[in-house]
Amino acid sequence: MSRLRVELPGLSMRNPVMPASGCFGFGKEYANYFDLELLGAIAIKATTAEARFGNPTPRVAETTAGMLNAIGLQNPGLTGVMQNELPWLNQYNVPIVANVAGTEIDDYVETTAKLSQVENVHAIELNISCPNVKQGGIAFGTIPHVAAELTREVKNVSAVPVYVKLSPNVADIVEIAKAVEAAGADGLSMINTLLGMRIDLKKRKPILANGYGGLSGPAIKPVAIRMIHQVSQAVEIPIIGMGGIQTAEDVVEFMLAGASAVAVGTANFTDPYACPTIINDLTQILDDLEVESVKDLIGGAGKNATSTHNGTRFR
Amino acid sequence: MIKKDLFIIMKQETIAENIMELTCTSPLTKQMTEPGQFLHLRVDTSEDLLLRRPISICDVDVENETVTMLYRIDGKGTKRLSLKQPGDTINILGPLGNGFPLEATERGETALLVGGGIGVPPLYYLSKQLTERGVKVIHVLGFQNQVNVFYENEFSALGETFIVTADGSYGEKGFVTDVIKQKDISFDTMYTCGPTPMLSALQTAYREKRLYLSLEERMGCGVGACFACVCHVEGDTTQTLYRKVCTDGPVFPVGEVVL
Repeated sequence: MSRLRVELPGLSMRNPVMPASGCFGFGKEYANYFDLELLGAIAIKATTAEARFGNPTPRVAETTAGMLNAIGLQNPGLTGVMQNELPWLNQYNVPIVANVAGTEIDDYVETTAKLSQVENVHAIELNISCPNVKQGGIAFGTIPHVAAELTREVKNVSAVPVYVKLSPNVADIVEIAKAVEAAGADGLSMINTLLGMRIDLKKRKPILANGYGGLSGPAIKPVAIRMIHQVSQAVEIPIIGMGGIQTAEDVVEFMLAGASAVAVGTANFTDPYACPTIINDLTQILDDLEVESVKDLIGGAGKNATSTHNGTRFR
Repeated sequence: MIKKDLFIIMKQETIAENIMELTCTSPLTKQMTEPGQFLHLRVDTSEDLLLRRPISICDVDVENETVTMLYRIDGKGTKRLSLKQPGDTINILGPLGNGFPLEATERGETALLVGGGIGVPPLYYLSKQLTERGVKVIHVLGFQNQVNVFYENEFSALGETFIVTADGSYGEKGFVTDVIKQKDISFDTMYTCGPTPMLSALQTAYREKRLYLSLEERMGCGVGACFACVCHVEGDTTQTLYRKVCTDGPVFPVGEVVL
């Protein structure tokens, strides 16, 4: 058994690293750079019921150790993804996590019901936390009972496990996490981007056409680590950790905080070879830390590191 | 599949106000045969400047494996790039994007190359290749003022060259569109790169001609994954069709995308 393999609900991953949704398109672009079968899984770009163009440009702005984006969930819609993207990805033996977004519960239910039936979709990631569109799901992600209701409705129709992607833009992320766990979520993805802003000094206007955008990159890593550490001790379901991961050391840190797998986002933009490089470096890190398996890292820095939160249930 | 390398700096010098000429070497330059493509530079390994900088290819010596880029010092990244010395390395991804179609102009025909500011550099490699193919080239190059003018001699060596400055401090005064009309320049194909208002004016004036425009847009990844640099498709009533400047462009034929 490989030292890097991890097992999560619906996801049998050859290593714990997947590109994060929204940072990898539908895989075609990066297939020009490396073999996608090197990845543990692929979280594809958010899919909405109808095709969306997204926000006006400029859509990205650099920040210190990070970037702001306000793409606005641009995607070809449910039909486009099912006809053109998922069949193409089927040539790769990699579990696919389909990220689902919407503006109303019915959008999420309709999109999940259809996407989860596709053969190579192994899990749904419920996007209740996109900060870049007026109705990007964020309203669902900030109120515990609303998040729970959406999770329950989606679980009722999904043919595969459902991961709920949590927003960090809340007062108490543990409360939301517990609510969606109680509603049947099979796992959590955390964290989504932090709402931020930059202003052009000469124009005296926001740099992003949308005004505000989602902050990602290494600048948010400590926030992600803290939130994962908190949530992992309050829930029983596994966490896919994300937020500024750039190196194999970062992966170890996220897993020690309580993540069972990780997603790499902005680093793909900095370097299209980021994911395979991180995966390649992981074995050496395990050697350096004298750890036999990545599974042994999960929750290792938790207060209850010897309890079930050390990830033993998800090995 | 590998399109990334640590390029070694051969030469870096100032050629106009805030305009740098940077020459680097790498075996990847052998792939840089298409004028109008760009390179994506990671200025250094620090985390504070996270994103790469797209910079156009100005000239390539495939045999000697060197590439020349001209860039304007315009922010933290380009400022830090300008401090690099010969012998230093830069992490470069590329060549990226689709460049100018050489085959759009037949041998014996005339190509008009119109550049504005930091949009001028990619036209140089284009002009060299068109000239080698037996195409007559004419250049109209626009700058803000005299201190910003660069590569006049280099372009003049390839074909007739008109320099235009907004304030009239050098060459013709006004906009590139004014000069094309005043000089009554006739051409078979126009290739252009520069600020969007200039491209828009050219597209409006020469919509019926063979016209290729190179667009600039703020990029994230440069490889087509982040959807930061998209633009609408002309005539798309659904408003959902798009082109990515980084991978579908940066060069588009007239009328394909909304400027």
